[in-house]
Amino acid sequence: MQATFKIQRYNPEKDKKPYWAEYTLEVDAKDRILDILHKIKWEMDGSLSFRRSCAHGICGSDAMMINGKNRLACKVLMMDLGTTTVTVEAIRGLPVEKDLIVDMKPFFDSYEAVMPYFIGDAVPPATEYIQSHAEEKIIDASTKCILCACCTTSCPIFWVNGQYLGPAAIVQAHRFIFDSRDRAGAQRLEILNQTTGVWRCRTAYNCTEACPRDIPITEIIGQVKRALMYGTA
Amino acid sequence: MRAHKFDVIVVGAGGSGLMAALYATKNAQGSVAVISKLYPTRSHTGAAQGGVGAALGNVDEDSWEWHMFDTIKGGDYLTDQDAAEIFAKDVIDAVYELEHMGLPFSRLPDGKIAQRRFGGHTREFGKAPVHRACYAADRTGHMILQTLYQNSIKEGVNFFNEFLVLDMILEEDADGGQVCKGVIAMDIASGELHTFHAKSVVLATGGNGRMFKVTSNAHALTGDLTAIAYRRGIPLEDMEFYQFHPTGLYKLGVLLTEGVRGEGGILRNGAGERFMERYAPTIKDLAPRDIVSRSMYMEIREGRGAGPNKDYILLDITHLDPKIIEERLPDIADFSRTYLRVEPTTEPVPVNPTAHYTMGGIPTTIDGEVLWGTQNNEIVHGLYAAGEVACVSLHGANRLGTNSLGDLIVFGRRAGVAAAKYANENALLPITDDVARRAEDLISRTRNASGKESVAKIRAEMQQSMQDNASVFRTEETLSAQVEILRGLNERYTQIGISDRSERFNTEMIEAIELGFLLDNAETLVHSALNRRESRGAHSREDFTERNDPDYLKHTMIYRKEIGHTEIKWRDVVLGKYEPKPRVY
Repeated sequence: MQATFKIQRYNPEKDKKPYWAEYTLEVDAKDRILDILHKIKWEMDGSLSFRRSCAHGICGSDAMMINGKNRLACKVLMMDLGTTTVTVEAIRGLPVEKDLIVDMKPFFDSYEAVMPYFIGDAVPPATEYIQSHAEEKIIDASTKCILCACCTTSCPIFWVNGQYLGPAAIVQAHRFIFDSRDRAGAQRLEILNQTTGVWRCRTAYNCTEACPRDIPITEIIGQVKRALMYGTA
Repeated sequence: MRAHKFDVIVVGAGGSGLMAALYATKNAQGSVAVISKLYPTRSHTGAAQGGVGAALGNVDEDSWEWHMFDTIKGGDYLTDQDAAEIFAKDVIDAVYELEHMGLPFSRLPDGKIAQRRFGGHTREFGKAPVHRACYAADRTGHMILQTLYQNSIKEGVNFFNEFLVLDMILEEDADGGQVCKGVIAMDIASGELHTFHAKSVVLATGGNGRMFKVTSNAHALTGDLTAIAYRRGIPLEDMEFYQFHPTGLYKLGVLLTEGVRGEGGILRNGAGERFMERYAPTIKDLAPRDIVSRSMYMEIREGRGAGPNKDYILLDITHLDPKIIEERLPDIADFSRTYLRVEPTTEPVPVNPTAHYTMGGIPTTIDGEVLWGTQNNEIVHGLYAAGEVACVSLHGANRLGTNSLGDLIVFGRRAGVAAAKYANENALLPITDDVARRAEDLISRTRNASGKESVAKIRAEMQQSMQDNASVFRTEETLSAQVEILRGLNERYTQIGISDRSERFNTEMIEAIELGFLLDNAETLVHSALNRRESRGAHSREDFTERNDPDYLKHTMIYRKEIGHTEIKWRDVVLGKYEPKPRVY
């Protein structure tokens, strides 16, 4: 079948502002959107620029806004869209570098701000820490995060206030705060209790809907809020 | 042109690169930096699924000797036994170390690290499958990559992300040997060149699977540093041994872990028969990957494939408890649903072998020191390699499942320690290599390329012809044909044209440079395969169907003479306590 792709283009070396370019081409219902972007790049316009690597939803490179929703281009098939007119633009709230490529530095700065690393006992056990199934389960979803930024860049609070750490950073903090082996949960909670932290969240639910890994992000943010209010971490 | 100076430079930020960087940072007196083509968390270690094998014995009795033996037998006796011994012993502590770094492993009811069965991993030297693969659901590689990156932030490792390495600073030293003094790379965001001048360099850039049409490998896996080393006169070892993973999603090649079969999944042909019982009567579906992939193609060739065109095999997990699938194999269930619209709990999943892993690579000693010759004392001073880009040789002619992740953490660590020690004991030497001019030439030639040939077309023809002529089965005829096809493609590669002339994020130019790297990788594979007139592990010659130890129990070392022309030397295999025997499972 034939499809029309409207892609937001912008190369600051030559364009004064972003513009929409249109490409009409033959596609298959089972094509990933990434396959079609490649087809455009390889057969129609080599200058179209986007990030991608693994092409199956694990590396987190190709987050973009497809028909108004944040998705990984490699995890959406043509048939999922229910239309042959497709708009593709860069994820919002981060500076556009070129076409669909954004500057990820602010995103990773927020990630680094939540102490996203394990702090265990001063002297670890001789073999492994013991952790029960129940304890393992609490962090199961948050450990799935691939840092693609679909969630953070779908958040209306993040769009208007870039200081907000954003859902991805909170998910990463959750993964350690609720890890039964970790010893620095209180410090991370203190970070998330600041004006840039969890209280900015107004449960718009965009993050949960955008997550390509099906992480219940709004619920996770709620768990962190409850931990701050009732000391339930 | 910008210039940087560091004590140790690590190229690549997957499992081996990050492990090397962490250990170099711990051990070096001076500064350490990592250069990566991608953001570190995009590295392909993150796509590994099923587990990391280590004889913890949490489920079954196990021992490192059994793991060592399985690795050597799995490698069809081309494995260097000193490397296998270090590996099987050290990987146990390395797994505990990852757990202490915070890696969230799946757990057994007693709270210990969970372990599952995997292909070729057995108890008592082949008697039955053993639970050896330590796993985090089916995202073990993701958790290793995340954990190592998290710890890199904790330790303050310097990163240069989205930098494409173009060349190495490699010079002759005073006594006629070779010395590496750094690399030159392009900042992808700006197009600017940077020289990284260093006392020692660790290469950890992974594989080259994108030379094939159907692959589990990321688009980024274009063999950049194997090609650069080869161009600069460093030999590549055992490049003919390329692993096809049995279970890639039909047509797409997306990996479905062997852990699926470890949890009880079964391969069936079009008639519903569990055909692996005929090929490997003792361990059946859990035979090593080379054997399973060949068996699948045999079934298809003999008309017993599944589907309307009888061109695929079925991976059946419909008999497993859906709860186990959701808890231990959630991602592969998701891949099947997302890409094939197949519900794995009720329908078998169409699969075919997918190009997965190169056993060969840049030859190293057990401490990651890169060799320029065929002997252990012929090393390039200051240059180290680890992980899939290297050939230590742990995996021999066929890697066992899970041993790639073990390789990263054991040999990544050794390379990082050795590179730091070298940097502590040696001065930063002045650069005389004209690497900057070469890199500038490459960039301006590619950015301004205005020929008639299309990069995408040449790449597609390379991928299709490699798949047809040099994948699971090979003959003199197909390989000779492929030598000529590659010569033709190389010729056309000099006539490419690109349209994007911009400086920043010129991904069209990057793809063109990467195609050059891939063509060189393909050349080493095909020439090495043509030269090895026997069948061993993943190298299966239909015109020489038997393993031939008297003539070929040795490592291939391929050198480039000029494009399309190579010289092959040999390197001794380190034998030891396990004598080569026929490989029966």
